[in-house]
Amino acid sequence: MNRQWLKFGAAALALGWVGLAAAAPDVGQVQKQALNIHAIVMFFIFVMMTLGITYWAAKRTKTASDYYSAGGGITGTQNGLAIAGDYMSAATLLGLTSLTYFQGFDGYIYCICFYVGWPFIMFIMAERLRNLGKFTFADITSYRLDQRKVRTVAAIGSLTVVVFYLIAQMVGAGQLIKLLFGLEYWIAVVIVGVLMVVYVTFGGMIATTWVQIIKACLLLGGGTLVMLLAFSQFGFNFETLATKAVENSKKGIALMGPGSLLADPITAVSLSLGLMFGTAGLPHILMRFFTVPNAKEARKSVFIATLCVGFFFTVVAIMGLAAITIVGTNPQYFEGGDLAGKLLGGGNMPAMHLAHAVGGNMMLGFLSAVAFATILAVVSGLALAGASAISHDIYANVIRQGQATEAEEVRVSKRSSLFLGVLAVLLGIAFEKQNVAFMVGLAFGVAASCNFPVLILSMYWKGLTTRGAIWGSIAGLISAVLIVVLSKAVWVTVLGNKDPIFPYEQPAIFSMPIAFFFAWLGSTLDNSAQAAQEKEAFEDQYVRAQTGFGAAGAASH
Amino acid sequence: MSSEVYERIRRNPKFDELVSKRSRFAWLLTAVVLGLYFIFIMIVAFNPTLLATPIWEGGVASIAWPIGASLILLFWLMTGLYVRRANSEFDDINSEIIRGAIE
Repeated sequence: MNRQWLKFGAAALALGWVGLAAAAPDVGQVQKQALNIHAIVMFFIFVMMTLGITYWAAKRTKTASDYYSAGGGITGTQNGLAIAGDYMSAATLLGLTSLTYFQGFDGYIYCICFYVGWPFIMFIMAERLRNLGKFTFADITSYRLDQRKVRTVAAIGSLTVVVFYLIAQMVGAGQLIKLLFGLEYWIAVVIVGVLMVVYVTFGGMIATTWVQIIKACLLLGGGTLVMLLAFSQFGFNFETLATKAVENSKKGIALMGPGSLLADPITAVSLSLGLMFGTAGLPHILMRFFTVPNAKEARKSVFIATLCVGFFFTVVAIMGLAAITIVGTNPQYFEGGDLAGKLLGGGNMPAMHLAHAVGGNMMLGFLSAVAFATILAVVSGLALAGASAISHDIYANVIRQGQATEAEEVRVSKRSSLFLGVLAVLLGIAFEKQNVAFMVGLAFGVAASCNFPVLILSMYWKGLTTRGAIWGSIAGLISAVLIVVLSKAVWVTVLGNKDPIFPYEQPAIFSMPIAFFFAWLGSTLDNSAQAAQEKEAFEDQYVRAQTGFGAAGAASH
Repeated sequence: MSSEVYERIRRNPKFDELVSKRSRFAWLLTAVVLGLYFIFIMIVAFNPTLLATPIWEGGVASIAWPIGASLILLFWLMTGLYVRRANSEFDDINSEIIRGAIE
């Protein structure tokens, strides 16, 4: 039971919708709902707005730096909202509300585990990322190492994360929209794919950032409004809210304390590590640090992002508690009107039903549109990160060895985003009936084990050499993928075997030490002249990391 | 942005001052955050009933919620503390170092 629940939580956290398909298989294939006109109209307004912004951004996107990093001209506050937007997916809204609805305080514990990575990124990473990076995080890992080899490995890591994450988001988008909007699955997937390609190809990072900012504001505003309307029914009194929730929940007083979250400490710690360091290894989040002009603004953006994320988690927890009473006692939201039965639409619906209960169809439509916008913004960020890995790392620096012009590089990037868009739509449709929950775990696992260790070592450890970086990345990648494939999520659920070969589903606690060990071993065994030079080059890199002197600056416009 | 400039910066005693002050502050804050987080998780794992204690005698709402919210608030305030010091005191030393190096 506990393991079951942890699995549910892990997946729900990482993606939300798709994760829930794993926890409750019966929601995996959702029934199409009646056409939701309010939601469609509001989503249409959002799309029009973002297309207008894309048009505006396209006119301002002239150089490679504009395209990849918005010319370094995003302010700390704007970037903070955009980072928060990248972090707060449909998962946060739907998955965490539902977690609190069913499990009480455990939902909030999850929020805290999910949140604690942010101060860490602030103190340890933010200013160095900004001072050393330019367009992709491989700019940092390859700073003093062999450009071609290290960038190739970094691009493989980035693309693995991007593709798995994209598939999961696409399938989630299709299911969610079928449920909330009453549209066909494939139409939803195609809409998401087309809009994503338009934003990224024409508007580059400027458009992607603004789409993310608007979505973050909508999500924060919409969530807060629903929370306030719901909380007002309890007179804004937490004691009343809690008393009612305990009365109306099957779990009773157990809602008020920690439940089964840490019953399996290895899974819990592994999950925690994966979320914390996976976030610090996601290519689309790392790219955001290069869109601000300097380290000062980079720090401000983490400050703002931390505020938004922490605030939103608290809003979501209150929504979950309020939903227990408001949704949980209203037969209208249950299949067949049976309060003991299942929630209409599945276990991830408390947030949506709550919106309907406190604000009618209008509010439900609004929150549905926000959920769709959320997915759209996240996939756009992913597509841009993937396209940048192909054009900036593979094409410009590996194939052309730095000889490509900016125009050629940007052209390749635009074609790559089109390619990724088509791929995402095709895979999204191909995986419609598959259980893709493991893909999110895989994306975070690879980010934490393949990207993060080499990134942090390249910034903090003088001894890292090219060989170490490559050994570390590959060891992290292989071990994370292997563990997920041999665990229950793939071996049993997808491949249909009887028992898992590996007992744990969260790879981070195993694959991260493996990656660090091989990065250390490869570096230590490397006595070549090149390795000696690379270690020596750390001194200059260190000065730049600390002072920002020589860092890629903001464009002059 | 040649190696020479970096060399000059490195030899500047102010650079050591900047690095040691900022690192000490950053690691101190990291240690506090991870320490508090670890204590919280240990209580969750080994003494969950402690967190279920009602806020008011005879009440239902437990102290777990305000404790969780305070952790979130505190961690955020600590990032603010870091930004405040880094964006003023540390950045002042920093620009002084860079000015000295390129003159």
